[in-house]
Amino acid sequence: MTVITPDLEHSQPKVSDSAVPELLQETFALTRRLFIQLVRRPSTLVAGVLQPLIWLILFGALFAKAPAGLLPGEMAYGRFLAAGVIVFTAFSGALNAGLPVMFDREFGFLDRLLVAPLRSRFSIVLASVLHITSLSLVQSLAIMGAAAALGYGWPGGAGLLLVLLTLLLLVFAVTGLSLGLAFALPGHIELIAVIFVVNLPLLFASTALAPLDFMPTWLAWLASINPLTFAIEPIRNAYAGNLGLSQVVLQAPYGNVTLGAALLALAVLAMALFLIIRPLLDRKLS
Amino acid sequence: MRSWDLCWRQPAAARCWAEQLPRLWTVFDLPGAGVIELAGITKHHGPVRALGGVDLVVQPGSLYGLLGPNGAGKTTLLRILCTLLAPDAGQVHINGIDALNDPRAARGCLGYVAQEVAIDKILSGRELLTLQGDLHHLPRQRLEARIGSLTELLGMGDWLDRRCGSYSGGMRRRLDLATALLHHPPLLILDEPTAGLDLDSRAIVWEVLRRLRGEGTTILLSSHYLEEVDALADRLAILDNGEVIAEGSPAALKERLGGDRLTLRLREFSEAHEAERAASLLRDISGVKQVVLNRAQGNSLNLVISDAAVVSAVRERLTDLSLPVFSLTQSRPSLDDVYLQATGRTLTDAELAVASRRDLSAERKAAMR
Ligand SMILES: Nc1ncnc2c1ncn2[C@@H]1O[C@H](COP(=O)(O)OP(=O)(O)O)[C@@H](O)[C@H]1O
Ligand SMILES: [Mg+2]
Repeated sequence: MTVITPDLEHSQPKVSDSAVPELLQETFALTRRLFIQLVRRPSTLVAGVLQPLIWLILFGALFAKAPAGLLPGEMAYGRFLAAGVIVFTAFSGALNAGLPVMFDREFGFLDRLLVAPLRSRFSIVLASVLHITSLSLVQSLAIMGAAAALGYGWPGGAGLLLVLLTLLLLVFAVTGLSLGLAFALPGHIELIAVIFVVNLPLLFASTALAPLDFMPTWLAWLASINPLTFAIEPIRNAYAGNLGLSQVVLQAPYGNVTLGAALLALAVLAMALFLIIRPLLDRKLS
Repeated sequence: MRSWDLCWRQPAAARCWAEQLPRLWTVFDLPGAGVIELAGITKHHGPVRALGGVDLVVQPGSLYGLLGPNGAGKTTLLRILCTLLAPDAGQVHINGIDALNDPRAARGCLGYVAQEVAIDKILSGRELLTLQGDLHHLPRQRLEARIGSLTELLGMGDWLDRRCGSYSGGMRRRLDLATALLHHPPLLILDEPTAGLDLDSRAIVWEVLRRLRGEGTTILLSSHYLEEVDALADRLAILDNGEVIAEGSPAALKERLGGDRLTLRLREFSEAHEAERAASLLRDISGVKQVVLNRAQGNSLNLVISDAAVVSAVRERLTDLSLPVFSLTQSRPSLDDVYLQATGRTLTDAELAVASRRDLSAERKAAMR
């Protein structure tokens, strides 16, 4: 007969237990679950690549015959566009970070996680961050590959690192925002609505599709405080091989922004967002 | 290694067993020391009072039933126990651990089967069990062995590797029971574990619960089926409108009511005043201990009588008074009589009265984290 309850052997304390292996075990398990979902329901992954790909091809074609010399540094429009679409890919990918969490809230799966003696409930958040970061980086790399195939260039070794670092900072910030929304909003319908409303306007009010000079002053102002711009311009420079931190990447109405300042702004934004949502997460996961 | 160091390194589940062992001894000379000790629990959901000061003690190794109609507050109480919900006031102790102060340690001691089974449809049963085992920090090898034995026990072998989305209600419930048992919890908490189940699954659940109890696990289950509580529980509390209205072993509760039951219907639907008049007249008969008017059942009368001989006296009196008799049935007291005695309505009627009034989707939204 199977014994269902513990015999004394089970009551013996395990020796090797400490916080770190337990944290790793629970975080790994939660992350694996998200990846299993992703692999078995790949539509999010595919749609997240297809949409930017269409942008890249359509917009690239639309302005293919733009007069030479229109863009700063005699850049071809396709090259200009590529950085914008890459950032847009990572951005929309990360914006979806809150959706699985929202579904877990709605279906009560979160309760199942919360009755378990987790070392730290932060592992639930960490798993989301790990999952969405790798997902959006993979999507962005796919778009970078597509851009290269279209002849829009490829950053060199150090440039690639700079691209990845920039994307990482942006993804952290946006993931923080999305997770915060997932706990603040009442349901997935509202979350999807917010994602939908935020997505395209942020793209248009950035330097993804056109440089600042093309914009009326009010839009140039908006674009110069848009976090997407702070990711797009460093990547554009990485593609052009300008990797110096003091390199000016944006001539904003309020002054010049260097590459270092742009990255710093993204990092501060990411940290600020996680600090802001922290009390909310503490409350919801308590 | 310092001693506190050792304590801290123990997995939570092992810690609760370790803490329970000495308590098993103290139980005998310290009345009231239980695996679960709830004191003065109150809880409001917005304006709705779900619990109004509940005290409850569950002894180690017993199977305790929480019986009550829909809306009585069973789920609220169990969620508070599982640390999913904070009470407005009161104390929660599990295995001597103050669950409000040290929820993590309390969580390690309990397995919880929720009323509504939340599963991830995309995962297979095995993947869900593995996830749950990792959340309890079980070593991989032990986890796999455990999944094997639970699969056998609950008859899940054929479908464990299929996706949960394809499971029937009974399969889901069994899988959920398995996830709750993975870490050998000394305390198992189940919220209406057999509600809506097919007979096979219900039989399996009952058998597993009996066996677990036999092996020393303390079990607390809620139910609105009085047969279930009557059949399984060593002790029970009847919860109504957020309050414990009766507590004891099923036999003792019925015994306390005493005597036989007699259900009298003057007409199929009697007038209240006629039934009330009959009630007051029947109370005078010697051997009639009590008469309760059941308004929900067409103003029928429920009599407690000292012995079977009283039945003919009742019949005679009714004839003398020329009151009509639609039906007169005799029975042994049941738990339903206990409930009826305390509330003036049967459990089934209370169930029906509330079920249609609750807006479950609104409640689910309000309960969302
Ligand atoms: N999240 C909620 N929001 C509002 N009211 C609730 C909520 N949960 C439960 N209630 C109310 O609290 C009372 C007790 O509910 P519950 O604990 O679910 O009872 P039971 O499990 O015995 O059916 C009921 O009146 C119910 O309508
Ligand atoms: Mg309930």
